[in-house]
Amino acid sequence: MRRIISMLMENEPGALSRVVGLFSQRGYNIETLNVAATNDPTLSRLTLTTFGDDKQIEQITKHLNKLVDVVKLVDLTEGAHIERDLMLIKVRAQGVLREEVKRTTDIFRGQIVDVGPNVYTIQLAGTSDKLDSFVAAMAGVEILEVVRSGVAGISRGEKILSL
Amino acid sequence: MELLSGGEMIARALEDEGVEFIFGYPGGAVLHIYDALFKDCKVPHVLVRHEQAATHAADGYARATGKPGVVLVTSGPGATNAITGIATAYMDSIPMVVFSGQVQSHLIGEDAFQETDMIGISRPIVKHSFMVKRAEDIPVMVKKAFYIASTGRPGPVVIDIPKDFTRPDEKFEYSYPRTVKMRSYAPAQRGHTGQIKKAAKLLLSAKRPVIYAGGGVVQGDGSDLLTRLARELNYPVTNTLMGLGAFPATDRQFLGMLGMHGLYEANMAMHHSDVILAVGARFDDRVTNTVSKFCPGAKIIHIDVDPAAISKTVPADIPIVGPVVAVLEEMLVQVDAVREKEADLPDQGALERWWKQIDEWRAKHGLWTGRRYSQSKMIMPQQVIESLYRVTDGDAYVTSDVGQHQMFAAQYYRFDKPRRWINSGGLGTMGFGLPAAMGVKLAFPDMEVACVTGEGSIQMNIQELSTCTQYSTPVKIINLRNNYLGMVKQWQDMQYEGRYAMSTYEDSLPDFVKLVEAYGHVGMQVRELADLDAKMEEAFAMKDKLVFLDIIIDPMEHVYPMHVAPHGSMKDMWLSKNERT
Repeated sequence: MRRIISMLMENEPGALSRVVGLFSQRGYNIETLNVAATNDPTLSRLTLTTFGDDKQIEQITKHLNKLVDVVKLVDLTEGAHIERDLMLIKVRAQGVLREEVKRTTDIFRGQIVDVGPNVYTIQLAGTSDKLDSFVAAMAGVEILEVVRSGVAGISRGEKILSL
Repeated sequence: MELLSGGEMIARALEDEGVEFIFGYPGGAVLHIYDALFKDCKVPHVLVRHEQAATHAADGYARATGKPGVVLVTSGPGATNAITGIATAYMDSIPMVVFSGQVQSHLIGEDAFQETDMIGISRPIVKHSFMVKRAEDIPVMVKKAFYIASTGRPGPVVIDIPKDFTRPDEKFEYSYPRTVKMRSYAPAQRGHTGQIKKAAKLLLSAKRPVIYAGGGVVQGDGSDLLTRLARELNYPVTNTLMGLGAFPATDRQFLGMLGMHGLYEANMAMHHSDVILAVGARFDDRVTNTVSKFCPGAKIIHIDVDPAAISKTVPADIPIVGPVVAVLEEMLVQVDAVREKEADLPDQGALERWWKQIDEWRAKHGLWTGRRYSQSKMIMPQQVIESLYRVTDGDAYVTSDVGQHQMFAAQYYRFDKPRRWINSGGLGTMGFGLPAAMGVKLAFPDMEVACVTGEGSIQMNIQELSTCTQYSTPVKIINLRNNYLGMVKQWQDMQYEGRYAMSTYEDSLPDFVKLVEAYGHVGMQVRELADLDAKMEEAFAMKDKLVFLDIIIDPMEHVYPMHVAPHGSMKDMWLSKNERT
């Protein structure tokens, strides 16, 4: 099962490598990884998606919690949550396809953020599924480049991850 | 407030932390620190001959005393040489603080002379690591390192120190913190009362109980409480390789070690049990054999200070996270509470039948009933351990290396006290025994310390014979010499039709007697069984001498019992070369 694990880490050099190292060391997979500073300069927020059965996920969260740099951790998939992945995708946009790309982008509520005589660069945010669907919808178009931020997530309602 | 340089702060912090020994080796990146140690530091420094030995010596010291071992090495090769010893300590959860020098901070990343990314290299084998970024952080960082290394599930902590932060001309205000608090590190202080209540009930409802105690009981100083609980209930106890001494081996309730080379009665009792109380043990693959066939009828209570150790391989029915002492104290109270209400628990009739069954197993293939090893004209390795046991009254500190001799020592030296059996169980590090024995002997100069080894293992850190000369550590080295890498040979006998691929040395072995004499020690060779006890006594009578007993043993002997693998369960064992359960 796919899980979104999000954590607050000490904003220390080497903290990220401990998290990433743990996954390779113990044979777990990271599907996506997103890390950035928070409003508290001493903390960074790391969100990753991984696949595993309940037993594996339990081990992963236990080992992450053991890392001294990990302050607090939540498995967002255990409750209602919002997840966002951001994609920038550059496609060939010429001839009849130029209009088709624009229409599909509108349908997905994406934005064309850069325009060239032969290319469009589109920005799209949403769940990973939505971004995958958009890429699939572009099947007839030549995709030149795709870059995604990895999932960032937050719980719905009053529930917060803080100290 | 006193002004000290970075190097002086390290020296002073070690004093303030109450460190008894620093095991180390100097080099360019740590010269400021060494100069500070030389000028003004009460903590004695032990100069080893190879950094690996510094870590093992600190490790041996830590296992024997319960206090963190301290290591100081230089950057680059000094740091990488320490890695095997750090990994050894990590696998066995031994508290250790390793100070490694680093090139000057402005040179980091430039492939400077003797630069290596110590934080990166050591990352998977440390509990935590720090890199000094400002000299003024050193006191707090050292305090944190000792705190992390010695609390919760203990382990090694590395502090990497760029040389410029130790320079003598830059001074800072020094004060050593008495305590330290970390928002991201809070090891469990006690177990969950509800869980302990449930566990006490299950434990008392058992008809075929076994207490399975591991290294956590030894490291967590829980042996007395465990022994009390076991005796109060009259339940059988088995110890892991790391747990030997956690329960007295000469006690009637002791079944011996369990696992791959565990005793028949211990493995049989585990397999047929209905309730297992696992304390400070981790269901290691060398214990469980095939996990899916592990103890099919047993409900499992698992006590460990590390939540990640619980249900890692074998799912626990009642997990309890907490330090062994706090949990067992509460467990004793809860057991009494249950028995006050239900006086007929545990079921004495069932327990009697269970003990009868265990005694039958003991009589049938037990290690102490009849002779479980082969007959030969040569000395058998087991006889050497029995002789060592007799001559030391079963009260020595015994370190070992890794291989057949380690298993023979674990089986035949009956440890009645915790912290007496010092071996590399998790990582299985050859070369551990001699430096570990040095560390133990320095901590307890009046106690007998024996290093049980083989001619393969001893050569992996034999240079430490020189350190033993320098610091007068008269340990006794019991070399079980069969002229083969014995455990490798055993597997080659059993699984490779006796093709001894690179497991022998032909005629290249040194004359060990001459070798140790060259270092200023005493060497003796023993070939005849009739001489064994006398030579052993002679060796231990030389209180101030390191004595190397080179004992020629039968090379054909195997360690039994041995789990049948792959696909076997706990009860599937080879009992001899041609006898299986």
